[in-house]
Amino acid sequence: MSFAARQQQAQIVWQRFEQPDRPRILIGSATCGRAAGSLEVMAAFAAELAKQGLTESVDVVEVGCLGMCYAEVLVEIRGRDGKRVLYQSVEPRHVEALVDAQLVRGEVFAPLALAVMNDTDETVPAFTDLPMIQPQVRIVLRNCGIIDPTNIDHYLAQGGYSGMARAFSLGPEQVIEEMKASGLRGRGGAGFPTGVKWGFARSSVADQKYVICNADEGDPGAYMDRSVLEGDPHSVIEGLIIAGYAIGAGRGYMYIRAEYPLAVERVKKAIEQAYECGLLGKNILGTDFSFDIDIRLGAGAFVCGEETALIASIEGKRGTPRPRPPYPSVSGLWGKPTAINNVETLANVPYIILEGGDKFALIGTEKSKGTKVFALTGKVRNSGLVEVPMGITLREIVFDIGGGMLGDKPIKAVQTGGPSGGVIPVDQLDTPVDYENLQKLGSIMGSGGMIVMDESDCIVDIAKFYLGFCVEESCGKCAPCRIGGYQMLNLLNGIAEGAGSLEDLDKLRRVALAMQRASLCALGQTAANPVMSTLRYFEQEYREHIVNRKCRSHKCRSLMTYSIIQDKCKRCRVCVINCPVNAIEGDREKGFFIDVSKCVKCGKCFEVCKFQAIAKE
Amino acid sequence: MTTEQPDLENILTAYGRERDNLIPLLQEVQDRFRYLSPEAVQAVADHLELSANDVYGVATFYAQFRFVPPGLHHIKVCEGTACHVRGSDRILESISRATGIAPGQTSSNGQFSLERVACFGSCALAPVVVVDDKVYGRMTAAKTNKLIEDKK
Repeated sequence: MSFAARQQQAQIVWQRFEQPDRPRILIGSATCGRAAGSLEVMAAFAAELAKQGLTESVDVVEVGCLGMCYAEVLVEIRGRDGKRVLYQSVEPRHVEALVDAQLVRGEVFAPLALAVMNDTDETVPAFTDLPMIQPQVRIVLRNCGIIDPTNIDHYLAQGGYSGMARAFSLGPEQVIEEMKASGLRGRGGAGFPTGVKWGFARSSVADQKYVICNADEGDPGAYMDRSVLEGDPHSVIEGLIIAGYAIGAGRGYMYIRAEYPLAVERVKKAIEQAYECGLLGKNILGTDFSFDIDIRLGAGAFVCGEETALIASIEGKRGTPRPRPPYPSVSGLWGKPTAINNVETLANVPYIILEGGDKFALIGTEKSKGTKVFALTGKVRNSGLVEVPMGITLREIVFDIGGGMLGDKPIKAVQTGGPSGGVIPVDQLDTPVDYENLQKLGSIMGSGGMIVMDESDCIVDIAKFYLGFCVEESCGKCAPCRIGGYQMLNLLNGIAEGAGSLEDLDKLRRVALAMQRASLCALGQTAANPVMSTLRYFEQEYREHIVNRKCRSHKCRSLMTYSIIQDKCKRCRVCVINCPVNAIEGDREKGFFIDVSKCVKCGKCFEVCKFQAIAKE
Repeated sequence: MTTEQPDLENILTAYGRERDNLIPLLQEVQDRFRYLSPEAVQAVADHLELSANDVYGVATFYAQFRFVPPGLHHIKVCEGTACHVRGSDRILESISRATGIAPGQTSSNGQFSLERVACFGSCALAPVVVVDDKVYGRMTAAKTNKLIEDKK
């Protein structure tokens, strides 16, 4: 079957899916959705439809993630009138009412309705007008939550694999020119121009070349790659094929974290489908270009996100980095030229080739083009995945898209770039987000984790957390990272325990400098960033820990105690029953007291007290 | 009832002898046997014509591989950033206390094993605990206690 005929067939499948008068239920079932109970909700719908005799006339389909993770489980129902309504926080107990309202009586079920997808309604806002959605520009997430990720026809009907077809008609050199014109920079963290990288790999002469999709998303607090792989796997595969075509590679690898089983399953299925349709394999679309893709599962080593370590891992070795140059584009996998691109980078590629690099370059700032997907989490109301044009301010992301702070507490800082990044204090929130600006502020773009912090987050604790992560994940090959990280962590632990001295701050800075300059790979070079950036903006808090032996956020356990506020205590004994170490003594007559010598500061009493009668000091 | 031991030979013969098969092979062996026994490591080494030392060198580098059998219920506590700022350290402590084991250990009756994981990427549901591959979101110390009790 020709590609055009295949596309036509896909359109028919898609039209049937979109047929306005056929009732349909879409259930957001990425990992987040499943964790929130989407599979139970789906089972409840199946049971309810069977009870109503509607099984045959209503389609129930699992889709990817719309990015509104805070509102999971998300369900979109299209009634007989064609109106598509998005419902939030759906639980199995709501299912009967939802089916009854929209599918039987043709009414919107108001209590859970979040938005109308395709229409306007007096009572429910349109999806695109939602404050969380309106400022977003969706290129990478274009299909997530819209299509069935396990159905290649859905992807084809959205113009899928047309970018690949166009690439074949342009020729490899012109593909690379389009990529250069787009200004796309690597979304894995470092921000190297993708077109330039491909150019280097193309000009390296070799009998075999490779492309690798780096889906070893190890950055704690970042999950955009998982979501794309789960919600739109074909877009990444198409991007990888185009990359292979551009540099002249015959084989590609998808290196995916084993912690993402659903993503692995979806990618496996998508690769099979692509082979069946002749979009992978020998002589793709009748050209002389042949290309195969293999999956490799990451085995739980953060350092394997570093490209030379990733290559070592695919070769079956310990995942330790090696000095560069030579860069992988000259000597990579098995010594052959290799282009390594991140998931989000590759998901942009089909769009760029189809729409043109110039059009992509219209979005963003002078040096950072296009969009960036951020995983917005922490103390923000609307946690989720958001795709925004480069140049948007952090304030817009947190307060417009994110809906502001949880519990309306004051914002303290935003952390970007994960363990290689830094914190951005509240007075810099109006900085436009791009690679250069974040670096100037002492952070980095990184892969896109964005953690919002309020006054209950201790800055020393955050620095300790990230550094501790890097110390654990250091591969141990080079001394500056292995020893420097450990020494810095000891200093931080001392400060957090109230045993630090002001000299320690200088020591931290000196070791950090040595790590930055002398470490072999980016893990060690950037591991000190969270410490340096918190020292830059929040030195006062470090000093309070050292001089006053005080943690203002009551996070550092050695510097805080729990006590019972006698005026508020109703003597209900709930804390006594829940205390795991029997540290709460007393009786109903005299009142209850916490024995600080027994207390392990687990916080359980604070959590269970209904009268806010436990104080943290 | 006796369960037939999955045949290690069958797994091995599905793979070639090139070194890049090492990690996928160890992953499949662990998938089937739940951990890497000394015998399994030796068999993998023989198949790939490597030394057992070499195989251990690789296997111990990666956090995924286990060398003792996990418990009947394998508990993973997420320690990603979003989970950390929402109190994952207290969740871990609470589970540790309820099961009597530290991270990396298996309880003596074989009931539970406990592991810390860097990030599951379900940050909007923080703090997250995974028991036997089912994800539990928005955990509290009280909820973990109930979860452990239910599994006992």
